[in-house]
Parts: sequence; C-alpha cells; structure tokens
Amino acid sequence: MTVLRLPAAVYQALRAHAEETYPAECCGALFGLPAAEGWQVHAAVRAANACAALAPNRYEIAPAELAGLARDARRRGLEIAGFYHSHPGRPAQWSATDLAEAHWIGCSYVILSVERGKAVTMQAFLLAGTLEEEKHFETQALLVEDFSIGPGASRV
Amino acid sequence: MMIFLPSPLRPYAGGQGAFELDADTIADALGQLTQIHRDLRSRLFQEDGQFSAFVNLYLNGEDVRRLPGKEATAVKSTDTLSILPTTDEAPQPLATGHESAH
Repeated sequence: MTVLRLPAAVYQALRAHAEETYPAECCGALFGLPAAEGWQVHAAVRAANACAALAPNRYEIAPAELAGLARDARRRGLEIAGFYHSHPGRPAQWSATDLAEAHWIGCSYVILSVERGKAVTMQAFLLAGTLEEEKHFETQALLVEDFSIGPGASRV
Repeated sequence: MMIFLPSPLRPYAGGQGAFELDADTIADALGQLTQIHRDLRSRLFQEDGQFSAFVNLYLNGEDVRRLPGKEATAVKSTDTLSILPTTDEAPQPLATGHESAH
C-alpha cells in the first residue's frame, strides 16, 4: 500500500475548507514531492469549484486555474502531488464520477466526508495504472505528521 | 522555449519534467518533443492525430484552445508550454489536427 504524508497544518486546512464550503463540495490541489512509497505533501492550495453552481455533488478545477496551480507548484520547487475534494453528506469513498474525472495517474486523490457541516472522515486514494482504460483507485495509508491513520478511513 | 510536464507524463519522457526547445510554433515544439520521446506521442495524441481529450496545453498559462491560432501559434524563446492532464470527465478536444506531430 502506498502512503500519502500530510503535515498536520495541511490536514487541518483541508478540513477547514471542506467545512467552509458545506453543503457544496470544495476542491484544491496538493503540492508535494515524491517520497518513499508515495507522496510527501508540503502545501494545499484551494481552488474554485467550477461545477459548484451547476452540480452540487461534483467538482472541477477550471483549466486556467489548473495551469496557475501547476505554475505555482513549480515556483515553489514542488509538484502537483494530487487533489482533494469533499463529499457533503456522503462517505469519503470515490465515486464512478470521481474516477472518470481523474486523469493524473500516479497522483493522490483525497476525499473528505462532511456531515452536518463537520468534516468527519478523510481518505486518500492513489490513481494507479498506466492507461486511461485501466486506471483505478487504490486506497492509500494517510500519515499525518508522525502518526499513522490508516490504512483506510481516518476519523477527523 | 520551455516545455513543462507534470509527474503523470514524465515516465514517457525519460523521467524529465522540463525541456528547452527551439521551436517556431506550438505544433513544432510538440513535434520535436514527441520525436525525441516517442512514448509520449501516444499520451498526447489520439490515433486520428487529434490532441488527446485528457490533456490540455497552456502557453504562458493561456489555454491553447482559446488562442486564435491554436497550435499554429508562433512561440518565442521566452515562452513556456505546460502540458497538463485535465480534471474533468468530458474534456473538449482541440479543433485542429496534429498531423505534423503525430
């Protein structure tokens, strides 16, 4: 199982973002560097949900904003390690839509479940495979600072 | 000009994430890049020569699909081209073909 390492500050930032946008979905990018068996995240950057007004249960980062995120990561000497979004009122499990919309193979996708305005569960998934036709999500262990929450869901 | 690739595309480009090329247009740059790294070609282009629907091009942060000349746009040595996978389900392919780079 691969590992996604999150600083505690990033972990809390994801929770705060998910709670602020409830009942809409939040989304953003994770900046980091490759690490043993996965990614070491160094920062999370919020993004606007381009789907928020049209589909409350979906997220999309607009192309122009995605380009800006990639440039921002590069300037910091980091890479886009993955993305995060919330599932208001739904489990922190990837959906068929999440998989269809995921194209950053080798990157992490973090999902937060938000219930009644509170972030309750966070899970990380690696988009594995080599081709679009065979891509799939694999559950990652989530490590926050020096303690392990995983494999599987972490109560937040 | 500089071309930047994110981590998902680097395995098909010798592990590199940045390339400096002397190109006249975006299409020329893509042609040179995929000539050097042939494995990258199938990641960037469909069999019919159209650019893949799963990646987008950005010239100095501008979506190439929105540029009047699209991939025929002339480039300068100071320009940067980023090739990024999309984050949506139904991306729109570019309107123009890419025969020269396919």
